[in-house]
Amino acid sequence: MTTDVLLFKITLLIYFVTTICYLIGVISLKDRFRQNAIRLLIGGFGLHCITLATRWVATGAIPVASLHESLSFFAWALVGIYLLFYLRYRTVMLGAFITPLALVLMIIGSAAPKQAPALNPMLDSWWFPVHVTLAFLGHAVFAIAAAAGVMYLLQERMLKSKKFSSLFYRLPSLDTLDSMNYKCLTFGFPLMTMGIISGAIWANSAWGGYWRWDPKETWALITWFLYAALLHGRLTIGWRGRRAAIFAIVGFGFLLFTFFGVNTFLSGEHSFRNFTGQ
Amino acid sequence: MHIVIVGLSHKTAPVEIREKLAFAPTAMERPLRQMLELPTIAEGLIVSTCNRVELCAATKEPEAAIAALRRFLAEYHEVPPEEINGKLYNYQGEEAIRHLFRVSSSLDSMVLGEPQILGQIKTAYGYAAEFRTCGLILNRFLHKAFSVAKRVRTETAIASNAVSVSFAAVEMARKIFDRLDNKAVMIIGAGEMCELAARHFVANGVSKVLVTNRTFERAEKLAAEFQGKAIPFEDFVDHLAEVDIVMTSTGAPNFILGQRQMEEVLKRRKNRPMFLIDIAVPRDIDPKVNKLDNAYLYDVDDLQGVVQANLKERQKEASKAEAIVEQEIGQFHQWLGNLEVKPTIIALRRKLEEIRLQELDKTFSNLKDLTAGQRKSIEAMSSAIINKILHQPTSILKRTQNDSSGEDYVDAVRVLFDLPAPADNDKEIKPLDDMEEAG
Repeated sequence: MTTDVLLFKITLLIYFVTTICYLIGVISLKDRFRQNAIRLLIGGFGLHCITLATRWVATGAIPVASLHESLSFFAWALVGIYLLFYLRYRTVMLGAFITPLALVLMIIGSAAPKQAPALNPMLDSWWFPVHVTLAFLGHAVFAIAAAAGVMYLLQERMLKSKKFSSLFYRLPSLDTLDSMNYKCLTFGFPLMTMGIISGAIWANSAWGGYWRWDPKETWALITWFLYAALLHGRLTIGWRGRRAAIFAIVGFGFLLFTFFGVNTFLSGEHSFRNFTGQ
Repeated sequence: MHIVIVGLSHKTAPVEIREKLAFAPTAMERPLRQMLELPTIAEGLIVSTCNRVELCAATKEPEAAIAALRRFLAEYHEVPPEEINGKLYNYQGEEAIRHLFRVSSSLDSMVLGEPQILGQIKTAYGYAAEFRTCGLILNRFLHKAFSVAKRVRTETAIASNAVSVSFAAVEMARKIFDRLDNKAVMIIGAGEMCELAARHFVANGVSKVLVTNRTFERAEKLAAEFQGKAIPFEDFVDHLAEVDIVMTSTGAPNFILGQRQMEEVLKRRKNRPMFLIDIAVPRDIDPKVNKLDNAYLYDVDDLQGVVQANLKERQKEASKAEAIVEQEIGQFHQWLGNLEVKPTIIALRRKLEEIRLQELDKTFSNLKDLTAGQRKSIEAMSSAIINKILHQPTSILKRTQNDSSGEDYVDAVRVLFDLPAPADNDKEIKPLDDMEEAG
């Protein structure tokens, strides 16, 4: 086992313990668990940074090429963006949604073949890592938006029905959750836009031609329009609250499909098979 | 020295009995002094609130003291003992410590987590201190009770959510709006609960207040109180879009605000949320309004439901609080035990004896060629020095052990000499006089 794979597995283990901590903290509402969870997460994130750096040095390329690498990077971006939000909003609850997602990504990533792929020389351009990084950062931000959306719907349902569970006391206010949604949109949308554009530029340098309408590009564009509609709605017509929350959740579903489903189920240039020339 | 508590509370006696035993706050001197004159009572304290009357005392004879205090309560208030005996409870030792800690932490209150009881106990302690009926034991005990109460309040959420309807309204508003300081509220009609809730909102930062009433002058009067604006009743719907919180309490027999009107208002507000509190009976706002997105309508029953839910949460926190109380009982009980004279003297002797033996060791290892006789002399001298030093303090401790100053001296000796806590079997050791002679 190489160093970076070992570090990866340890990081995965830390994320696993962290997720358990968060979930117990949410269910039992014992403050001790939540406080330890955030410390564990910061520790795990630090190790994850080292893991990625090690992989980068070992393979000589930014670690975003294979399924294993990209999932690790996605999880890293997810945890990193969540920690940024934690600094600003201090909602530990959000972690209970994000950490399981990060854990799942890491688990799938650990099942994927770990050897560094021999990169298809066509794809060896500076725009490739830029495109993937921007895309993943956008994904991470929209994941937060979706989590905030779920929390918003839960909180709203309790406020409307007047049936309060213990969770009610730990969820932040509706306005806070809605402003998280808005903030995510303002950061995520430009990231996603630049991700698509950089993807097009890379495509041009690799295959000639900016757009080929392969499934990934098509679905990414559909998802882009969805978020564009949400942003427009927020800014002009006053789409907020429940509608924005649902959009964020649906949009993230589209994102996940664009990432996983297309690569796995549909063929095309973005398929990982093609990346490794297998 | 032991602590005993005798009293009754809302849990054991109805208000008709409690009021007979209440002590007026302005007339605490006489009962406190009389309490101290009772033969078994060394220190005393009286707590008298609308929900409880309790006498707390430090005594060497707990059983006798309890009986004396029960008699005292009946005699002082000229109430036949049979009437109150079944309602009184008494605690001694660890149970007494637990009781006062729990009461100060509001675990024994009618409403769990209520803030008044701590202040009431502090006031009671203030009287006892003023009339000097408290000594070392009760001073330490009460201070400990205050710090336990503080721990409970800060380390648990037992007091953190609203248990009154008007506070519950503010709490719900915070769950919707997060911060209230740039929000506006409209009061429709008048009434005590409306005004109370409005006061809470303003205290929490709400800056803009609009008031409307069928009688314009009444609206103006209320608006003036909050530095707000009065609106003629015919126009109030037009101004609804400006406010985030609405409170209504009119005497109208029908709805004054319907679903269609609210839909318009919400649209004008671009779907920013609105919190509507309908205190009126019959209700002023059509309940269907709650179905609208971004409108949250609460009537009085709903707010009561919030209070009930909050009380349930407090119950859950109560078990955390009980755990804190248990932790602190052990520490305090041990301190109380340390005030026994005998184990203290034993510990003191032991400590000095250790020092003596250490120094003897050092000296003998330096002076290697001493005769047996010389060694004996040195040993005898060191013993004699220690005995003479200890003679005065030991006899004073023994002589004052039944005085109120006795505990002060014991406490001082423990602190000054940094004595370790006594082991359990120390208490069985031979009587003091024997030890003096053997030393």
